[in-house]
Amino acid sequence: MRHYSSDISIVFGGGAGQGIQTIASTLVNVLKRSGCHVFACTEFMSRVRGGSNSTQVRITGKKRHAYVNRIDFLFALNADAIAHLKTRITPTTMVFADKNQVESADPGHLVDTPITAFARQAGNPIYSSTAAVAVALGLLGIPQGGLDNYLREIFADKGESVVADNIEAARLGYAFGRETALREEIEVEIAVEPEKNRPKELLLDGTAAVGIGAVAAGCTFISSYPMSPGTGVLTFLAQRSHEFSIVVDQAEDEIAAINTALGASYAGARAIVTTSGGGFALMEEGISLAGMTEVPLVVHLGQRPGPATGMPTRTEQGDLSLVLHAGHGEFPRVILAPGTFAEAILLTQRAFQLADRYQLTVFVLTDQFFLDSAGTVPESAVRKEPIERHIVETDEEYMRYRFTPDGLSPRGVPGYGKGIVKCDSHEHDETGHLTENFETRRRMVEKRLRRIKALAAESLMPELVGGSADAPNIVVAWGSNRGVLEESLDTLQRADLAGLHFSQLYPINPSVAALLKGKIVTVLENNASGQFADLLHRELAVSTAHRILKWTGEPFSVEEVVEALREI
Amino acid sequence: MKTPSPAKPNPFDMPNKEMGWCPGCGNYKLLDALKGALIELGIDRRNLVVVSGIGQGAKTPQYLNTNMFNGLHGRSLPAALGIRLSNRNLTVIAESGDGCMYGEGGNHFLHAIRRNCDMTLIVHDNMIYGLTKGQASPTSLPGMKTPVQIDGVMLEPFNPLAVSLALNAPFVARASAGDEEETKEIIKQAISFRGFAVVDVFQPCVVFNRLNTYQWFRENTYYLPGDYDPADRMQAFAKAVETEKLPLGVIFREEGRPVYEDLLGIGNTPLRSQEFREEAFEKMIAEYR
Repeated sequence: MRHYSSDISIVFGGGAGQGIQTIASTLVNVLKRSGCHVFACTEFMSRVRGGSNSTQVRITGKKRHAYVNRIDFLFALNADAIAHLKTRITPTTMVFADKNQVESADPGHLVDTPITAFARQAGNPIYSSTAAVAVALGLLGIPQGGLDNYLREIFADKGESVVADNIEAARLGYAFGRETALREEIEVEIAVEPEKNRPKELLLDGTAAVGIGAVAAGCTFISSYPMSPGTGVLTFLAQRSHEFSIVVDQAEDEIAAINTALGASYAGARAIVTTSGGGFALMEEGISLAGMTEVPLVVHLGQRPGPATGMPTRTEQGDLSLVLHAGHGEFPRVILAPGTFAEAILLTQRAFQLADRYQLTVFVLTDQFFLDSAGTVPESAVRKEPIERHIVETDEEYMRYRFTPDGLSPRGVPGYGKGIVKCDSHEHDETGHLTENFETRRRMVEKRLRRIKALAAESLMPELVGGSADAPNIVVAWGSNRGVLEESLDTLQRADLAGLHFSQLYPINPSVAALLKGKIVTVLENNASGQFADLLHRELAVSTAHRILKWTGEPFSVEEVVEALREI
Repeated sequence: MKTPSPAKPNPFDMPNKEMGWCPGCGNYKLLDALKGALIELGIDRRNLVVVSGIGQGAKTPQYLNTNMFNGLHGRSLPAALGIRLSNRNLTVIAESGDGCMYGEGGNHFLHAIRRNCDMTLIVHDNMIYGLTKGQASPTSLPGMKTPVQIDGVMLEPFNPLAVSLALNAPFVARASAGDEEETKEIIKQAISFRGFAVVDVFQPCVVFNRLNTYQWFRENTYYLPGDYDPADRMQAFAKAVETEKLPLGVIFREEGRPVYEDLLGIGNTPLRSQEFREEAFEKMIAEYR
């Protein structure tokens, strides 16, 4: 008897181009509609075809946003998938594969699963993905109807016969899944709310969450150069560009991308650039330009392991120090790092708001793991904030860099009002003309830096994500590690441990010091040195007792964080 | 040589501005030619943005009473693109030197031509790096000795006209700053042209370039004759690669090419005034249910 209660991990492994993404996305959609909590994350090689990739689909009793090492059901589409995932295949893992396709591998508990035969029988080997999803649903005991409806929807424009053939492939796969469940005595228990009680939910991935946030913020301009994993946001906004009249320019390089975005913002657009660490390195002079010219800008940086080309399709949180220090000279900035999809929607909006209100660069720092994960989000958590507009109509006396008590000069744009708007990368006077006057320089630097204080005061406080605030041990995580920390603490259920998640990394709210005072602080981050731990020390003189770090290019698994926390 | 008439104040003038250029610099003449062109075209200084990079020529908008984006070295064309796409009611001129446009910003120069946005590019081409005190520029002639090129310039000069034509720029011209009146007329044509207009302007650097002087440009250039047909691209190529004597004037001009703003479907409403589309937003969210 194999009993699974409220937490099942299904992994699909195969080469690029074998349809893993389609299988996972179909399964996730059907599960979501069936009322399950579902989370999917994906790891893949930097190749267009072949290689060995896998996607994990988790079905859980509670909403989860983390990767687990454990595999309950592995669907292997080729022998390489078994070799690739070897370290994660244990005696409790059931492997579903076409025996002829995986002969060379030693998969342990193998269930010969003739997915391609089902597809052929239904009319075309192309229906293999549908058959695979159906086998999984059969094993889980989730009614086939949801899949049939989904197939009807997505193949509606392909004609009735394609729909009918897919449903036939699903029927064959499903029957096989049910038979196998009975034979192997698989019992799956998933608590599903009756449909009428279920809150409305959205199925999102990290990329869409950032993209929706940008649209909600009234973003009107994106210029970027493709680079994994940041490209998704460019694609998302391009796909939506007609319905929202977003101007999309694929730049010749990242240097052009950021300078174009700054030109657009100077002229009044709400502009974003998206990139990854290597592309961002090229953008740095533009960050400095934004600092000097006080032109608002949002930068989305999807992190991947560096230095240099690093591991293009893998994950890391290694670029915090880069964005913290990017650009020559001294000027303020804001760094946000969402931990959930709902947060990504809100924080991307916040990024545009802060950029406009304070006339500076705001970073949205994500990573490959976050961008390529998918899961459900309650629709009530998806909020559209009111759009603040800070552009003023100029008069004849207008001066772009007028000294004001708070350091913020009213922002005029060319072609709106009677004044002219001069914007300069040199040190400049109030009119925007270059100057070498030392007193003006002193005042301008002070003017630009003055806003840090206000920004820190309204900086988002970290959120408690497990345990109680009086626990002596505080485990700190930021960005995409929210889910894994939350679940690990939930697993451990220790009264002496609490988790704190930071979604704003800079500036840090001064009140954070009080939260961490007298605590034994552990910082969990996906990099080799503990960049946020160092930042906490620099900003708040908080010393970190333990650093839990990982820099292999993979995300933390719940198991390894639980293990690491046991040492504390 | 014509001197600007002091009688009529030009709204683009900045009378009390301290100038950063050397006495006798070709930039003064180019600035006057540009101002003359702007006033004669009746351009409203509030709806004009002059975008520049870094260098002596790039200081031009500092001396013009109009909107300015004086950005980074080499990056004026990307910034100009962003400005133009955000508000197509603005007249956009990108103006910088040969080092800025053809050296540091070379890649942007290539791709700006490919985009064909409706804007004007004016390059102060003095064949030398002035602001950094006399090193070779991309257009320096072979053999010229400088403190860095101690054995003389060894690299083939960058040919902006031939490159522009190769990329099928719809408007390609060359002027000589010493001839203020002719330069003004060429700039007027360029600004009025609908599409990306490239104007390379010979501009003597009287301090660091002792080879390409006012006299040298006079002796080594000639104006295209009145019956020259600028619509013929192959003939324009032949003109662009002439080295014996360098042709001046509008070398190539092709009307009616689609501009990037139109291809992108950008309307007359500036992006700053764009309304948020609540309905479309609700519809998009519904797609993720």
